[in-house]
Amino acid sequence: MWQAFVRWFHKWSSPKWFYTMSQPWSFWLGWAATLIIAAALVWGLMFAPVERLQGNSYRIIFIHVPSAFLSQAIYAAIAVLGLVGLVWKMKLAFFVAKQCIPVGASMALLALVTGAIWGKPTWGTWWEWDARLTSMLVLLLLYFGLWALHNAMERPESGDRAAAILALVGVVNLPIIKFSVEWWNTLHQPATLKFTEAPPMHPSMLIPFLMAIVGFYLASMAWVLMRTRLEILQRERKSRWVEDELNRFAEGQ
Amino acid sequence: MGAFDSFSAFLAMGDHGLYVWSAYAVGAAVIAFNVITPRLHRQRLISDHKRRMRREQR
Repeated sequence: MWQAFVRWFHKWSSPKWFYTMSQPWSFWLGWAATLIIAAALVWGLMFAPVERLQGNSYRIIFIHVPSAFLSQAIYAAIAVLGLVGLVWKMKLAFFVAKQCIPVGASMALLALVTGAIWGKPTWGTWWEWDARLTSMLVLLLLYFGLWALHNAMERPESGDRAAAILALVGVVNLPIIKFSVEWWNTLHQPATLKFTEAPPMHPSMLIPFLMAIVGFYLASMAWVLMRTRLEILQRERKSRWVEDELNRFAEGQ
Repeated sequence: MGAFDSFSAFLAMGDHGLYVWSAYAVGAAVIAFNVITPRLHRQRLISDHKRRMRREQR
């Protein structure tokens, strides 16, 4: 059992194996995400009933919460991958971690901007320096810091290690985001979805909401895979198989 | 249609149309960013590769 796991782990840690196997995955994940997000947003925008207190502005929830979830899940993934890369000297983990950054940053930005837009009609303000909003801004800045570290280093390997260490230090921000709505007085409402309680939403809102979350997860995975494949080509360009692959691209163009 | 009486009511979103549609416009921009940047990266890899090939031939 353990040996089978080790073999599986070693196979997937080879950039060439990952490059070959991830192509159908990124393709099908991308299509599944497109269909699920399209269905969720049409449902959420047109068919879900209007909310009693907030009117139609609540429809922003169908992109606000999924992007906020993903921005945190991707950050956690970057930290775990960074740890794997540092401990097992696995360069593929670093490649994936690096290419998670733009996707995660775009999700954090989307959560912040949609939150500000939603805040205006609901709270009467775009921005407030309260715990939830500030910790989400810190998350976005952490993403920028990670990307800047990668670009600041002469050798990409140094960038990988530096970014992994910053990612691990920054993990402390994740529980702060999660519990900010409970520890401090904040404008932000508490979590809508909890594992321990039935969701307080009618199915006509809940189903498109859950679909949007699943769709955002799938889309992010597809985007990270696509980006990682290109990162592999760039970082492994001196190896024979990558040269063949690039020749094939150049001829096809 | 759906939760709205007419298409213009759908666009108006009560009086929250500006908020809802600008939020979704930013969402569309984020999706476009994530779809387009890998394509640009791929093209850059190919053109860098071609330049390297030409240099090696000389």
